[in-house]
Amino acid sequence: MTLTILYFAWVRERIGEAEETVTLPSHVVTVADLVAWLSARGGGYSEAMAAPERLRAAIDQNFVGLDAAIGGAREVAIFPPVTGG
Amino acid sequence: MIRILVSVAPIDLAGEMARVERQDVGAVASFCGLVRADDGVDQLELEHYPGATEAALDRIAHEAVERWSLQAATIVHRVGPMRPGERIVLVAAAAPHRRDALDACAYLIDRLKTDAPFWKRETRGDEARWVEARESDTNAAERWTQ
Repeated sequence: MTLTILYFAWVRERIGEAEETVTLPSHVVTVADLVAWLSARGGGYSEAMAAPERLRAAIDQNFVGLDAAIGGAREVAIFPPVTGG
Repeated sequence: MIRILVSVAPIDLAGEMARVERQDVGAVASFCGLVRADDGVDQLELEHYPGATEAALDRIAHEAVERWSLQAATIVHRVGPMRPGERIVLVAAAAPHRRDALDACAYLIDRLKTDAPFWKRETRGDEARWVEARESDTNAAERWTQ
């Protein structure tokens, strides 16, 4: 399955990319699985994903918990808690 | 009438207020957030999630219009780099009477703080850091989980 992943704020900075397209292995079912899978790449990825409790996510632009299933989504975004306004 | 705008352009306060002041409106309440200059910040940069941010703001505005029977709701948020004293955000609610306008205005900015994807980065001299969400924001953000 092909998935676009978007990164924002310090997640983006640590990884060094704003966006990438990946083919998910079958064991990646939830956003938390995705975070663990990305973290295993090491370097900026493990730095960005070191504290999953500090991460928020959206699937196809809808905000979800990390336990949400990715299903047939086209886009997953991973980012820190929001600080607008 | 709902107006949502996310833009790198400076916020036109007078122009935005003129849009919500119509003949049948009795009360307009507005909130404007500025970049604070008092703690050594040289520059504030706002990042957003194009598409998802506008959709979140639109949802918040629709909820406010429905709850307080507003005649108009406006949310304008600036993104990109800005300087102390510049406007970051403007929300405005128009209703026949003040109580609904005031309550709806507070709702718009409170919900925006926790439910719309924006991220602030402050620069002081050569040092840049991402602003941390406050505890209250973090708790509220958990409401996003489905």
